[in-house]
Amino acid sequence: MPIHDQTYRRYTGERVAPGAAWSVIALTGVRELVRKKFFLAVMLFSWAQFVVRAVLLYLAANFPQMEVLAPTPAMFRDFFEQQGFFVFVATVYVGAGLIATDQRVHALQIYLSKPLTRAEYVAGKLAILLAVLLVVTWLPAMMLLVLQVVFAGNLTFLRENFFLVPAMTVFGFLYAATASLGMLALSSLSTSARYVAVLYAGALLFTDAIFGAVQGVTGSSGLSWVSFRANLAQVGDVVFRMPPRYDTPWLVSLVIVLGIMAVSLWVLARRVRAVEVVT
Amino acid sequence: MADDPTVVTFDHVTVRYGADAALSDVSGAFAKGASGLLGPNGAGKSTLLKALLGFVRPNRGAMRVFDLDVTEKPLGIRGRLGYMPESDAHIPGMNAVSFVAYCGQLAGLPHSDAMQRAHEVLYYVGLREARYRNVETYSTGMRQRIKLAQALVHDPDLLFLDEPTNGMDPKGRAEMLRLIRDITQNKGIDLILSSHLLPDVESTCDRVVVLHRGAIVAEGPIQELKGATRQVFEIRIKGDVERFVAALEATGATCHKAEGDVMRVLLKDDCCARDLFSLAASQHVQVRHLRPSMPTLEDVFARAIGEE
Repeated sequence: MPIHDQTYRRYTGERVAPGAAWSVIALTGVRELVRKKFFLAVMLFSWAQFVVRAVLLYLAANFPQMEVLAPTPAMFRDFFEQQGFFVFVATVYVGAGLIATDQRVHALQIYLSKPLTRAEYVAGKLAILLAVLLVVTWLPAMMLLVLQVVFAGNLTFLRENFFLVPAMTVFGFLYAATASLGMLALSSLSTSARYVAVLYAGALLFTDAIFGAVQGVTGSSGLSWVSFRANLAQVGDVVFRMPPRYDTPWLVSLVIVLGIMAVSLWVLARRVRAVEVVT
Repeated sequence: MADDPTVVTFDHVTVRYGADAALSDVSGAFAKGASGLLGPNGAGKSTLLKALLGFVRPNRGAMRVFDLDVTEKPLGIRGRLGYMPESDAHIPGMNAVSFVAYCGQLAGLPHSDAMQRAHEVLYYVGLREARYRNVETYSTGMRQRIKLAQALVHDPDLLFLDEPTNGMDPKGRAEMLRLIRDITQNKGIDLILSSHLLPDVESTCDRVVVLHRGAIVAEGPIQELKGATRQVFEIRIKGDVERFVAALEATGATCHKAEGDVMRVLLKDDCCARDLFSLAASQHVQVRHLRPSMPTLEDVFARAIGEE
């Protein structure tokens, strides 16, 4: 005779009010990720640039002969630029299967039979990718700024360049949100994570290649708006109060970035359903 | 609501997929207890369940579950519902305990309670030691069980089971049916079981709704629909079968094919075997085989959808 009766019992405990399920999806998703060695390796390597720049900040702050290494706003802008490779790898590795895998195993009807909306499901999945990308970009950038203050022992640089705090926050979130939404939208279009990864990489490389070819032939960067990365770079320059690097008006680039996000949301609204209706 | 004998009502519901109507102007109700949802493929059973879950929006009509409007309070309803889908469905990369606990959390249970109930429910559905295995390594029968576990973990008041015994071996099927009976008879959970397997419905449900081509063709308590007072015979004849069947139906009897050339005949209340012989004699056919039988759900089903 078992000490504890293992049969089914009615539940009399408390229940969380609807609306918090997105955080369950996000936390569980992140927990599943940190159990994967490859993911941890990507995260570790993505912080290599942070370590190098932290050392440079230390040297600049403590050795007068290293003044050439003194921090500038452009250094923080470059930091985001050079994290691009890890943003790409993390987006593809984490994001490609977020919805595609759920669609492959019909998990959406499990999710949506619970008290959560489609928007909450998307928010939960988005939060996973967003969190990862912010850990790769915004978090180390902010920590570099903090380290600069710690190593310098004064607030001079921060006071003179306080705009860096909102600039890094705005650009970090814009960068992460655009990549996350774009990837989630692609992920919702297929049941194969591998196919989604190829599609995402193809879309980035293809638009870059068109822009590069046109620029090579005409010598003008006026067609930079066709490239996803060039648009983000153009907006990034403006956010960091630097002269835009391409001929395309930065507002056009911003509209295209926002347009990509809007189209992604529209695709997600169309595709994330418990039932695929074929007419 | 406590005294309301119905848990689900739907009124003039029409669901269209493009030009095709999956449900057309359907009205009815599911009572407390165990109800079966029967119908041939394409009858609209799954569409009805999905509309009640809020997965598809009816073009017309109103649906209420627990006296709550499906379009206005879908989350309130889904918090008290458990759904076991027909198709294979799980969250990839998780073991059974994590998966079921995750489903419990999604349904609003705190983490520790969800984990405890996941263990209990997995024990209850018979997955015991297998609960630490990755769901993707499970057999078909085990996947059916875990789908039931995820539907039960948050302790719903009403269960929607869509073909719960699909792909199960006879032993597993019998265990699943025993579980379903236990859930409804001893645990106080109402359920709607959609199945094309008539014996499954007959052995677990008290009432049935029969759908055919998007419309309800029969509904009510199974015993009542079977017409337990009517006499049923299995009969095989030699001669003009069509003429004999037409003559039979003219007397108010219904007949449909059973196995081979054997027909099942449901006589009117005031008729008996002697009348069958008389009719056979008048139609110049020979009765080669006649055996009394019991009315079954299959008879109800065949009669309802107009099968011969």
